[in-house]
Amino acid sequence: MNLQIIWFILIAVLFIGFFFLEGFDFGVGIATRLITKDRSERNQLIGTIAPFWDGNEVWLLSAGGAIFAAFPHWYATMFSGYYIPLTIVLLALILRGVSFEFRMKMHSERARNLWDWFLFIGSLLPPFLLGVLFTSLVKGMPIDENMTMYAGFWDYISLYSVVGGVAVTLLCLLHGLNFISLRTNGIVRTRASELSNKLYYLLYAGLAIFVLLTIFNTDFYKDKTALMILLSVAIVIISTITHSCVIRRKEAFAFLFSGLSLCMVVVLLFSGLFPRVTVSSIDPSYSMDIYMASSSPYTLKLMTIVAFCILPFVLAYQGWSYYIFRKRVSKADRINNQ
Amino acid sequence: MDVLVLSRLQFALTTVFHFFFVPVSVGLAFSVAVMQTLYFVKKQDIYKDMARFWGKIFILSFSVGVVTGIIQEFQFGMNWSEYSRFVGDIFGAPLAIEALLAFFIESTFIGLWLFGWNKFSKGVHLVIIWLVAIGSTLSAFWILAANSFMQHPGGYSIENGQAILNDFSYILTNSHLWLQFPHMWFGALLTAGSLIAGLSAIKIMRQKDSAFFKKSFSFSLVLVLIGGLLATIFGHAQTQNILATQPMKFAVIEAQYEDSKDPASLAIIVWVDEDAKERIWAIEIPSMLSFMAYNKFSGDVQGINSIEQQLIEDNGQGSYIPPVLALFLSFRLMTAGALGFIALAILGFLLMKFKRLERSKWYLLIMGIAIVCPFMVNSAGWLITELGRYPWTVYGVFTIEQSVSQNATVGGVLFSLCSFFLIFIVLAIIFILLVRREWQKGPYHEQGHDEHAYLIDPYGEEAFIK
Repeated sequence: MNLQIIWFILIAVLFIGFFFLEGFDFGVGIATRLITKDRSERNQLIGTIAPFWDGNEVWLLSAGGAIFAAFPHWYATMFSGYYIPLTIVLLALILRGVSFEFRMKMHSERARNLWDWFLFIGSLLPPFLLGVLFTSLVKGMPIDENMTMYAGFWDYISLYSVVGGVAVTLLCLLHGLNFISLRTNGIVRTRASELSNKLYYLLYAGLAIFVLLTIFNTDFYKDKTALMILLSVAIVIISTITHSCVIRRKEAFAFLFSGLSLCMVVVLLFSGLFPRVTVSSIDPSYSMDIYMASSSPYTLKLMTIVAFCILPFVLAYQGWSYYIFRKRVSKADRINNQ
Repeated sequence: MDVLVLSRLQFALTTVFHFFFVPVSVGLAFSVAVMQTLYFVKKQDIYKDMARFWGKIFILSFSVGVVTGIIQEFQFGMNWSEYSRFVGDIFGAPLAIEALLAFFIESTFIGLWLFGWNKFSKGVHLVIIWLVAIGSTLSAFWILAANSFMQHPGGYSIENGQAILNDFSYILTNSHLWLQFPHMWFGALLTAGSLIAGLSAIKIMRQKDSAFFKKSFSFSLVLVLIGGLLATIFGHAQTQNILATQPMKFAVIEAQYEDSKDPASLAIIVWVDEDAKERIWAIEIPSMLSFMAYNKFSGDVQGINSIEQQLIEDNGQGSYIPPVLALFLSFRLMTAGALGFIALAILGFLLMKFKRLERSKWYLLIMGIAIVCPFMVNSAGWLITELGRYPWTVYGVFTIEQSVSQNATVGGVLFSLCSFFLIFIVLAIIFILLVRREWQKGPYHEQGHDEHAYLIDPYGEEAFIK
């Protein structure tokens, strides 16, 4: 296996880490408007992610940084091509990031509500837009012979990419609801699993449409038929297993499996894309593969050593922080110890 | 408006705004870690109170710093994609290492620190805040390693129009880095120190929680003094390094159009005609520029005009002179600010020694007002570093004009520029208001009184049970 393939996989791993971890805190953020009746319940929900969300978001930054270091052309083409969607993602992440701190410090009811809303919107937009970004990327974008993408609104937004965005958002929401069931007690715990139960029917429909559209909009199933069918079936099976865990109140398993289904979606998109990193809708020969996009062997080797030395520690201490804050959050808990 | 101008404006806006918060966070993380260490060693509650109180300010600064930092990671690709292609092989690595090594540590342990006051033993909690401080320092180190390559490139070759890294050790041993990093880090201590000093001074003046704020004040003066002195010394060394590596930047911050005489005199104030490329008038200190450049009172320096000639010969026609007056003034602002703070700190020590601090209202007031200074000083420093590199992104190798994204549109960049601008204004106002509120409440405000209040919804069921 060569370094380019290792780095393609590593970047997929970083996105998996991002969607597994930040996926649920996006979901919890969205759930603050769906299953709560008052501020104390919202505080309870946010209390489950307050110590973690920042560390989770670093997975996105690491993925971005890794693309830059390992595949500069991919980074340049994708980030400049998706200028407007990424600007909106940034704005959403900014408002969301400060809202955790600001919402608690506001004195007036109106200001607190406003920051609660920002937290919600900031949790809703990024998974949707990143879903749109990745689906439209694998579908193909207007990329010319100089690897430059000149995309307009209708390149970003198509039926397929919107369904992709909704599917990712829904998966994050379900993952978040399962996290809430696992990490809270009282009424929100019940409400979370009830809503999760209902939403799984919507997810089945969503996934079916998503898979169908993937067949028609990408070349995934032509080139890698067996693998793609396997992965699609796996996603559906994992979703049904998750659903049954939700129904049987196996909260820990439900959470792990909903995370797994998010991971599988990332795996599906990345393995369909492989060995390309971008797909050109103008001419297939303008699509970029990992060898065209990559850094020099020297840099790739260096980064491989760095990544394999650091990531185990990251996983260890992040895991430890989840262990420390493993207790269920009650309604009366103060969410800030300071 | 063209895309290049807008993109440069946006880069200036986002980096300068981000850099309001970075030094505060880096400096305060270290300060809080030291306070908590004092608590651990001396077992006096006042140090715990200090760590908690200044920790709140730290958290506020940290959260704004984090979110404005996300932009930096994205905008190289978004606005400067040609730059990213050219230099990604080199520049991407420190950026990715920064995320993997530093961001993960900071952001995970800050959660553990903030929510772990009652969960850990004192020792473990202390280790955690030190990890936060180390993480933020590492983050500064790696981003400056990337920046130093842009200032003083080396250890690379150019293949197929792209810069390819040959020697990673160059990135880590770059002379620019080992002056810029300590300069910036001690500057962060100065920033955090003057923030603590200013906020404490007004409280001492108003005689509120005097014991606490006097302790904080004397603590902060040490930071200001150490930070100020070392930042100045490393800054001085950096200036000499710049003379060797980026002669144009050096000439511009001194507004030295003509080659100087030997010994060279330093201009304190000048007025220049940037179009005619000449000084109109100046107040000068004889021989001082020679000292700045060579640590001795002899030696001449090259002027802007002859350096420009050389650059034109080497790189062809083009504009090679950064804005002279702006950078000249930035340099003076930075130097005067740092030296002024050192003087204020020494004065503060004397006033404390002779027990006249509380009576010296004028001094306390000056310290309070001076809070704004380090922010101006820091911005001026970055302006010199970045704008002074004009017209290059990678000095002598790649220009700003070559760097900008080919597919960027005026509408797109205008949209992002305006929305960042608006959101920054909101963040700045709220940040200032919240710091002010924490400060007004003081350290002995009944813990969590108002934070607790809204946990019970006045219209919810619970409110009626009791």
